[in-house]
Amino acid sequence: MAEPTTQSATPTTGEAGSPPPFRHRHLLGIADLDPVEITALLDYSERMVEVSRQPNKKRATLKGRTQINLFFENSTRTQASFELAGKRLSADVMNMAVKSSSISKGETLIDTAATLNAMQPDVIVIRHSAAGAVELLSQKVGCSVINAGDGAHEHPTQALLDALTIRRHKNRLNGLTVAICGDIANSRVARSNLILLGQMQARTRVIAPATMLPPGIELLATEVFTDMEEGLKGADVVMMLRIQNERAHGKLIPSVREYYQFYGLDEKKLALAAPDAIVMHPGPMNRGVEIDPLVADCPASVIEEQVEMGVAVRMAVMETLLSQGNQ
Amino acid sequence: MTALVIENARLMDPATDRDEKGALLVENGVITETAAGAAPGAPDGAQRIDAKGKVLAPGLVDLRVFTGEPGHEFRETLQSAAEAAAAGGVTSMLVMPDTEPVIDSPALVNYILDRARDYPARIYPAAAITKGLEGNEITEFGLLKSAGARAFAEGRKSIANAAVIQAAMLYARNFGMPLIHLPYEASLGADGVMNEGAVATLRGLRGIPREAETIPLARDLQLAEKTGARYHAAQISTARSADLIRFSRESCSTISAGVSINSLSLNENDIGPYRTFFKLSPPLRHENDRQAIVDALADGTISILHSDHDPQDTEMKRRPFAEAADGAIGLETLLAAALRIVHDGTVPLMTVLKALTINPASLIGIEAGSLAKGSPADLVLIDLDKPWLVRETEIRSRARNTTFEGARMTGKVVMTFVGGKTVYADAS
Repeated sequence: MAEPTTQSATPTTGEAGSPPPFRHRHLLGIADLDPVEITALLDYSERMVEVSRQPNKKRATLKGRTQINLFFENSTRTQASFELAGKRLSADVMNMAVKSSSISKGETLIDTAATLNAMQPDVIVIRHSAAGAVELLSQKVGCSVINAGDGAHEHPTQALLDALTIRRHKNRLNGLTVAICGDIANSRVARSNLILLGQMQARTRVIAPATMLPPGIELLATEVFTDMEEGLKGADVVMMLRIQNERAHGKLIPSVREYYQFYGLDEKKLALAAPDAIVMHPGPMNRGVEIDPLVADCPASVIEEQVEMGVAVRMAVMETLLSQGNQ
Repeated sequence: MTALVIENARLMDPATDRDEKGALLVENGVITETAAGAAPGAPDGAQRIDAKGKVLAPGLVDLRVFTGEPGHEFRETLQSAAEAAAAGGVTSMLVMPDTEPVIDSPALVNYILDRARDYPARIYPAAAITKGLEGNEITEFGLLKSAGARAFAEGRKSIANAAVIQAAMLYARNFGMPLIHLPYEASLGADGVMNEGAVATLRGLRGIPREAETIPLARDLQLAEKTGARYHAAQISTARSADLIRFSRESCSTISAGVSINSLSLNENDIGPYRTFFKLSPPLRHENDRQAIVDALADGTISILHSDHDPQDTEMKRRPFAEAADGAIGLETLLAAALRIVHDGTVPLMTVLKALTINPASLIGIEAGSLAKGSPADLVLIDLDKPWLVRETEIRSRARNTTFEGARMTGKVVMTFVGGKTVYADAS
């Protein structure tokens, strides 16, 4: 296997160039990608960042193509990010409102897939609460499918946008120490990030109370900590995960205030990380639950930049999947 | 009078450990003679079958079969299950009470027996241990037995309340009836959909810990030892469960345990990319567990092997893994899949045949599983070495949810007889 290239390609001024060759029809998970493919997608995302920072952000690359966003779980942010990405590429974007459609009235996932497929879309972006649901749908449609999160399994564009953000600050991924803290067991963000960072030779740490650590996580993470202070020592990147109060309360953690005391990221704990550490969060944040508002807004925080990178990564992924050379 | 002679057979009788070349005479549906070597004298006009050295054994007895009748006939009827059974060499089956309505009253036991009369396999009803399978009140064991129930079983359900299972054990003793119970602690396995461990974590699926089985099993075994009940752990899936059973059987001969062909043949890696046909209860475990289960079958700790035949319609399976129904069909592939551990030298053929015939027959007290003179001529003729491929299109069950789709098998049922009548003959 080729040595992963982690230096970002120099963005060409004005012209964004063409997307990298890609052997996959879908983007279902980071587990399907190798380091060369990951690097190529990140490099191309850099060009999309340039495009997005121009006064005229419109590209014509997906003109006439149809993108359907099918979100079985509500997510304003991710859906908006995919929608904006599609529009910047001139695609016709349709958002399927699952709650008000027949899908929530007992129509099966397979029937939904058949119905949407008949509308001749070019790409379907899917989020679903069940692990494997996006893969199941991808087998039943003739177009490209992008996984926008399936249960606790994968969220590949999130891992790519996180990697892009890290790379822009640290100029590399290999050799960095990345600490991911929160409900690892129920987090697709954690899984996709651990797989990607592992592929790119970063050192990964997971930090969580034992009730939030899934069995066998040591296969994905370099080190496992239940003591946050230990886990943060010398970390180059601190990635916080959102705590789902409803799910966690009383079962996984006794209370929010106890969680914040031991696993919330405040300035004191952050001081244990490397002096130039960056703080990340996939959003939406629970200020005062997993993160101190002061930390969320401090100079080390790159949380808003993650949102910007999200649009760029999704533009790059869609252009890559739909480019003539790759279809 | 009808007569049938099967000659040049390898007679294997798990009831007596007999294994020799010989012939068998059937008259009026009953085995009237078995002889080593040449065929015994047969009446004129007797039908003759040359077994050409193939194995002739008692028909299989399957103690864990789910059908959809009554209530969900689109999944499986008693008739379609019996046809699948015949093709799999299964001549007797105990059907589980998880129907709609639940088989928990004498009238419903009668209903099953009435419906099942003329089908190509013998059907015996198990009645629910608790009313409506709700785990609260025990059913009318005496009246149910009189109506023809052969065992009390809670089907897919498990009784959470220890006082209820204890009462059932004590009360069942009055009637000498076996209790078949699946140990499962729902509070530990609640959100789980596959074996707990690294494979589940990688797939983002929640795990069912082994303790969800071993903790209620330990409870059941202690209560069974205390009450002297004829307790049968419906199916076990972990190495520790096998140890628990082994320990209890040393002091208590009324305790027994079963295993499904799936837990014996497959492990969690077979699930692959969310293959819902492999979503089962108990879940497929680690390979170490599977090997411990095979060892437990070999040393007699596990005495009964069954198909856990559980037909599910495609709609219930073509779903995301966590939302798909549990269960797999298995009547037609039971024997062939079981022969894998014979062919690889792990377990002797006779041991496997015992677990498929005489042992289950003894548990529910039916006349089956033996080649003794006077036994019903429920027989299976087996070509141990015949290679074949499991094809979805050739499945007789109404459902298609097999864990062995596309599997290469060695060993096939050639003919099946119930009461001396041919109910299945391999066309290939």
